Amino acid sequence: MTAQQIIFLVVSFVTLGSALMVVTSRNLIHAALWLVSTLFGVAIIYTLLNAGFLAVVQVVVYIGAIAILFIFAVMLTRKDMRDQSPQLNRNWWMGALLAVVTFGGLFSLLQSWSGFSKTAADFPSGFDAIGRLGEALVSPDAFVLPFEVASVLLLAALVGAVYLAFNRK
Amino acid sequence: MNFWNDPLKIAADWLMGIFTSWGMPEIGAQALIAFLGIFLLIAILMVLDIFLVWIERKVVARFQDRIGPNRLGPYGLMQPFADIVKLLIKEDTTPAGADKVVYNIAPMLSMMSVLILWAIVPLAPVILGVDLNVGILFLIAAGSIGTLSIIMAGWSSNNKFAMVGAFRQVAVMISFEVPMLAMLLIPTVLSGSMGMNAIIQKQDIWFVALAPLGALIFLIAAIAELGRAPFDMAEGESELVSGYNIEYSGMKFGMFYAGELLHAFTFGGFWSILFFGGYRFFGLEKVSPFLAIAVILFKAMIGYWIIMWVKYTMLRIRIDHMLAFNWKFLTPLSFVLLMMTALLNALLRGGSTWLYISGMFLSNVLLAWSALEIARTYSRREREKAEGPKQALGVVAEVHH
Repeated sequence: MTAQQIIFLVVSFVTLGSALMVVTSRNLIHAALWLVSTLFGVAIIYTLLNAGFLAVVQVVVYIGAIAILFIFAVMLTRKDMRDQSPQLNRNWWMGALLAVVTFGGLFSLLQSWSGFSKTAADFPSGFDAIGRLGEALVSPDAFVLPFEVASVLLLAALVGAVYLAFNRK
Repeated sequence: MNFWNDPLKIAADWLMGIFTSWGMPEIGAQALIAFLGIFLLIAILMVLDIFLVWIERKVVARFQDRIGPNRLGPYGLMQPFADIVKLLIKEDTTPAGADKVVYNIAPMLSMMSVLILWAIVPLAPVILGVDLNVGILFLIAAGSIGTLSIIMAGWSSNNKFAMVGAFRQVAVMISFEVPMLAMLLIPTVLSGSMGMNAIIQKQDIWFVALAPLGALIFLIAAIAELGRAPFDMAEGESELVSGYNIEYSGMKFGMFYAGELLHAFTFGGFWSILFFGGYRFFGLEKVSPFLAIAVILFKAMIGYWIIMWVKYTMLRIRIDHMLAFNWKFLTPLSFVLLMMTALLNALLRGGSTWLYISGMFLSNVLLAWSALEIARTYSRREREKAEGPKQALGVVAEVHH
């Protein structure tokens, strides 16, 4: 067991445990905070995969914006923030069945994968991952068009939000 | 390579030799050495934090034309120790109906978000925690964790004032992250890298000479991020009975308070790293890493003093004015400044150095002047609408003389 494997196991255990607490927690704010822990675990997994930039972006965007948005939405729309609703609805058995079937499918697909015993190759020296990512996002024969379309999508969402919340004096 | 040139590597090798001779596996020894390094850094920071309390109280006293603590110890130096002992022995209350786990974790997260920033601060060319090549994004990420801790503190206190204070503080923090991020991109553009060490290495000319308006906007946004006056709406003692940390007493309050002071000092450090050359001082850092540490601590102290100066001189700004100032003035200005800096940097960099420096500096001054003119025209129009043209003109005529 290399150190990398041990760290990966511990981190995934924490991430999955937090994800489980998100969906089983009675208190909504606690669920949001467990979500923050899950997202943090995902950021650590990105770091293990040598994607440091993505890990930091994950913290900034998911935890710094999206999780805070969740918490604000919960706080501003609850009459009593300690209200506890029942955790399961009537069709919980169907959800559990689907989850087990999906897990079984993924397990059988990955059983024959040889990558479990290999370690990831290091980047060649001088490989500027962030530089390549930046160039891919703005170069015409790479991903500049999806990049611009995504910006227009965000602009549309922003304009829509402002319009919905606008208070005509 | 001896101790005075590269202290961390020498110490790490020596410790590694000792641990492996005790029979520890190499990976374990490496992890232990890393932990010892982190422990040493945090211990030094917390002791520094105690003296920051003393500095803060002496400086605020001088601004208010009094002396400050001078009873305990020479020049009142023992005062922070008395404060710490008082905070430690105070009763540790938890308000009724508070959410115990969240209530206790919030001050920890607040302090953590400050301490974690010191992992990327380069104290010398060879003394730094980790040479992250996305240091600037890391700065913003640590700020996000701080924001989260404030919401947790405000919500878990089961107190209306704490909630309102926390909401306002978080609104200010996430709003001012936008101009701060744009201004953090200016050293990135000028130096071609997001890593702190690389930014310092490229500052042959201090970036404050190339982008003074950028340094100023970064300072304003940083003060808002810190939650210090004039942006301390959340903690205004007269408005909100000290906001999100109302229900905290004892050492938990001490965590918030000391964390805020350390955060201010840390941002003084980052301001000097990003715009004032960090540990560089006309080649002094090549002599010895310890001189480099002294230089950067000196510059961080000056930055911290400027932040304190602003706090103890200016009045508090109202929350809606704060947010309007950010979204209607600072954000457009910071984006225009970023675009202009990037454009001029690309155009003028190849030419003569004096043309480069004077061109960037003058463009900043021009942009600041035109932004203020636009703001003035807008406010004059608002005043005319509110008061009627003749009175507004009279006021404007008075102002112009």
